[in-house]
Amino acid sequence: MATFKDFRNNVKPNWCPGCGDFSVQAAMQRAAANVGLEPENLAVISGIGCSGRISGYINSYGFHGIHGRSLPIAQGVKMANRDLTVIASGGDGDGYAIGMGHTIHAIRRNIDITYIVMDNQIYGLTKGQTSPRSAVGFKTKSTPMGSIEESISPMKMALTVGATFVAQSFSTDLKDLTALIEAGINHKGFSLINVFSPCVTYNKVNTYDWFKENLTKLSDIEGYDPSNREDAMQTLMKHNGLVTGLIYQNTERKSYQELVTGYSESPLSKADLDLDQNYFDKLVSEFI
Amino acid sequence: MINQLSWKVGGQQGEGIESTGEIFAIALNRLGYYLYGYRHFSSRIKGGHTNNKIRVSTTEVRSISDDLDILVAFDQETIDLNYKELHSKGVILADAKFSPKKPEDTEASLYAVPFTEIATELGTSLMKNMVAIGATSAVLDLDINVFEVVVREIFGKKGDQVVAKNMDAIKAGFDKMKENLSTGIKTMELEKADGKKRMFMIGNDAIALGAIAGGCRFMAAYPITPASEIMEYLIKKLPALGGAVIQTEDEIAACTMAIGANYGGVRSITASAGPGLSLKMEAIGLSGITETPLVIVDTQRGGPSTGLPTKQEQSDLMAMIYGTHGEIPKIVMAPSTVEEAFYDTAEAFNLAEEYQCPVIILSDLQLSLGKQTVEPLDYDKVEIRRGKLVAEEIPANENNAYFKRYEVTEDGVSPRVIPGMKNGIHHVTGVEHDEQGKPSESATNRIAQMDKRFRKVENIRFNTPVYKNAKHEDADVLFVGFNSTRGVIEEAMVRLENDGLKVNHAHIRLIHPFPTDEVLQLVRSAKKVVVVENNATGQLANIMKMNVGHAEKITKHLKYDGNPFLPHEVYTKCKELF
Repeated sequence: MATFKDFRNNVKPNWCPGCGDFSVQAAMQRAAANVGLEPENLAVISGIGCSGRISGYINSYGFHGIHGRSLPIAQGVKMANRDLTVIASGGDGDGYAIGMGHTIHAIRRNIDITYIVMDNQIYGLTKGQTSPRSAVGFKTKSTPMGSIEESISPMKMALTVGATFVAQSFSTDLKDLTALIEAGINHKGFSLINVFSPCVTYNKVNTYDWFKENLTKLSDIEGYDPSNREDAMQTLMKHNGLVTGLIYQNTERKSYQELVTGYSESPLSKADLDLDQNYFDKLVSEFI
Repeated sequence: MINQLSWKVGGQQGEGIESTGEIFAIALNRLGYYLYGYRHFSSRIKGGHTNNKIRVSTTEVRSISDDLDILVAFDQETIDLNYKELHSKGVILADAKFSPKKPEDTEASLYAVPFTEIATELGTSLMKNMVAIGATSAVLDLDINVFEVVVREIFGKKGDQVVAKNMDAIKAGFDKMKENLSTGIKTMELEKADGKKRMFMIGNDAIALGAIAGGCRFMAAYPITPASEIMEYLIKKLPALGGAVIQTEDEIAACTMAIGANYGGVRSITASAGPGLSLKMEAIGLSGITETPLVIVDTQRGGPSTGLPTKQEQSDLMAMIYGTHGEIPKIVMAPSTVEEAFYDTAEAFNLAEEYQCPVIILSDLQLSLGKQTVEPLDYDKVEIRRGKLVAEEIPANENNAYFKRYEVTEDGVSPRVIPGMKNGIHHVTGVEHDEQGKPSESATNRIAQMDKRFRKVENIRFNTPVYKNAKHEDADVLFVGFNSTRGVIEEAMVRLENDGLKVNHAHIRLIHPFPTDEVLQLVRSAKKVVVVENNATGQLANIMKMNVGHAEKITKHLKYDGNPFLPHEVYTKCKELF
């Protein structure tokens, strides 16, 4: 059986020292091993940006696509081979700005994949511009007078569009994060995991210390019930979205693959491509 | 006795004009006639003039006709907009309800037939279309029983009574018109057809059927005119084969999802029209640099932007050849008939896997939506070839190194493994990469990978890149076109040859890489070259000048008013040159 070391590929990430993404990478590798995957049965599909490079840093099949489009690529991969474990990942710009349309629709479509967003509230690779996750007043190269646009709340957004698995974590909480990724992989449907992953170079506001001061663990809230969507929404509103843990899970709704008519139970990639002549004749006769 | 008939039915959209044409055409197709139908419609559901022009012939037809024998009109607008197409012996069958007026400058006859009144008497005014079919049958001296099977197929679900009522409506229309005929015009008796059963379909049907035959099992697409029928057909048929269609949130998702599924090992397609293709361009570049097979259909319509969304145009040519930033190997094919649309689509999946690059199937609105009689399609001619897809087990690599997915090879094509295969792990990225797929900015590597990618399409094997009807070694004129203009060129050619001109015809089926040698030979053996295309700038003509030169010989014959060419327009243009 593979261990987390088998998911290492010895490529040195080009992230800055201290970047939160290192821990996300480690958590993904551990979670993959913990759920019993072999490297060839995992496909990591990533977007563009610092965090988007992660597909190249894990010993598994990896596809580094185009900006904002990791989710449709990942859904296509999963539709092609339902036996694969597919993880999509990228940054907050990738998932909540250029790719927001895909995020919402992937959530409501509920194909059985896991989406990990490394959320650092800033554009890092382009050297420090505002992100849809930046708070009002946040000063960057593109908002020298401070951001005047409202920040997106991805967790609340997910709850409103029919998410079946919504979780949030902090990159330094390696153990909790690993457990959430495992739960996301095991969840039958689309799982969204937003990870606060500080940018040590361009974000001097939302630092490690800032998160430590401001985050509340859901496990510390007595009686918190992740199966109750209304409670989840209220808790998010009360804490301004700054909570970690499993926010909401619906285990009853079936995944897209279970619902779609006729969809092959074995991987579609192994389907026989030849048609029976009688079947072809039948198709033709419908036009006569 | 006539062996060819041109019939048009027109009215307001939402009045059942389409189904009138459909029932008339299906019945005649089953009698063994060759049909060619073209719909004029607007980008709205109710209201606005629409018409369906159907040509019926005892021999193969591939274009709409210059003139019109019978015009069935449900409103005055239909008469006013279309009467000029009627020849002097033509007939207008108009609903008496709107008190039709015959324009002064036509010799055609007008008959006011109480379509609506008869239908209403029989139960519902909705059946006025059936009455019109009956009236048409009287003029053609057709046995109205031929409609019964079709009527039953369409209305059978609603019960025998509905079927009977509709047949009554056809009969009443027939009888009423016979009364008119006894007092005036002659019938236009159609020569008997051969009775053979042939398919009757639109190009989009053939593309979708070709996709299934070619092993496509997944589609991701976004609805758009005139491409949606491809998705609608596959969503009906793929579930029986274990496959699926996803209607995505946008065109970008459609293209990237199809890329994901192809990477995952399933032959996958996406289809759209110009606006969708514009959105897919970045993803097409991703397919190119990651060498992920991808089949994309572009059913061209009037551009730019939303342009003329329901009208004929061929103006995406340059965009399809050069679209996406940077440089990638790409194949652009352009079937010129419905039959070719079937075979070419099936073949596109082979080419996409053999050359590991995007393959664009270019169609146009006329080819995609024009409904026509099609000779039998032969499934035995369809092959499945998967190129260098690794099927057997892969031995373990030394030091756990990545699989060389982008190995530099002599023919440029590298072995391709799909996720899930042991020892096949590699990385895929739209960033320039080394043989294992790891990002690389090395100048040497860049050149090696760029050259490798372009080597793949240097000598692509493509069956019949140019359709040729070129018997003259010293032709007066060579016609060149692509997609749906084949029919009009063929007809113009017959007329010109009758006039004593020596005419050759080339229809380009492989647009890119351009079949330079073959086209050059044809250009050399002609005094003049007329490139016929539905766009304003002469895109194919320009591509020919770029690739084969001889600019002095090339004349552009362009039409970009949203309507397909008529045979006489091609004929006249050529006559003007001599």
